[in-house]
Amino acid sequence: MNINDIIKPENLVYAKPRLLNDNHMHYCPGCSHGVVHKLIAEVIEEMGLEDKAIGIAPVGCAVFAYNYIDIDWIEAAHGRAPAVATGAKRLNPENLVFSYQGDGDLSAIGTCETIHAANRGENIAMIFINNGIYGMTGGQMAPTTLEGMKTSTTPYGRRADLNGYPLAISPLLAQLDGTCYVTRQAVHTPVAVRKAKAAIRQAFENSMNGLGTSLVEIVSTCNSGWKMTPAQSNKWMEENMFKKYPLGDIKNTVK
Amino acid sequence: MAKILGAVTVNKERCKGCDLCVVACPKDVLQLQPKEVNNRGYHFAFMKNPKACIGCAACATVCPDGCIEVYRVKVND
Repeated sequence: MNINDIIKPENLVYAKPRLLNDNHMHYCPGCSHGVVHKLIAEVIEEMGLEDKAIGIAPVGCAVFAYNYIDIDWIEAAHGRAPAVATGAKRLNPENLVFSYQGDGDLSAIGTCETIHAANRGENIAMIFINNGIYGMTGGQMAPTTLEGMKTSTTPYGRRADLNGYPLAISPLLAQLDGTCYVTRQAVHTPVAVRKAKAAIRQAFENSMNGLGTSLVEIVSTCNSGWKMTPAQSNKWMEENMFKKYPLGDIKNTVK
Repeated sequence: MAKILGAVTVNKERCKGCDLCVVACPKDVLQLQPKEVNNRGYHFAFMKNPKACIGCAACATVCPDGCIEVYRVKVND
């Protein structure tokens, strides 16, 4: 069979989701952000919530998220996305409100907003991209940076006596009564991508059903910041990041 | 026996040549262009070995830029 006989609209099994528009993404080649954007677009499309979804964009690499997914977005100040999401959800309880944040946003400058929004049990979903580094500003150390990991501000590796210990946000939030679903996923293999999609779907359903705060942490790569190729950084993530940030559900009071 | 044939198309202007699809492909179908580049200067992916494709969509699933479309057809010998 000729290849042109296979490439026909009736044989299409996978394509870019409709909500992910044609704008060229500014992310570095191989960045996990692109995969997560794609998953969010797919989930919103499958749930039929494109007119009801409000995303809260962070400050960080994903600051231009509103350029890529065709839903309503609000751009929050650095770290304040959960606070903005709180307002949006309380005023529009019938809408799907989610925040999309990196580790510099959610677990550094925005720790206060994150913890208090989760503790109040706001009916929002938080998507947390954890790559252990400040990607946008040039690879500085973040609270989530692993011990011994080299960044531009810890060129000899992070030292616990000087820089403190890596901060694992998900177990912290899982202790709070306000959270209903806390999970940690990754998007480095096709299987992991499908699991992450299911997690995002459940978080969005929890938000729509008013069950409390959901956190989906995606352990990601930052190949530019880590100074590796995308394939190498996926491998490095599996070997190093997963030790400190093991994958799986941490809390699920829904099922 | 029924056989599954697959094919992918790569949006070459959107592709950033990150190589993740090449690594994810279980059948070693894809490769990055060794010399040719797109308008942004990236070595985009293409089907080096189209006959081996089974249309599993592993490449498209991991593609960060959503530039791969997957087609699959079942044929009887």
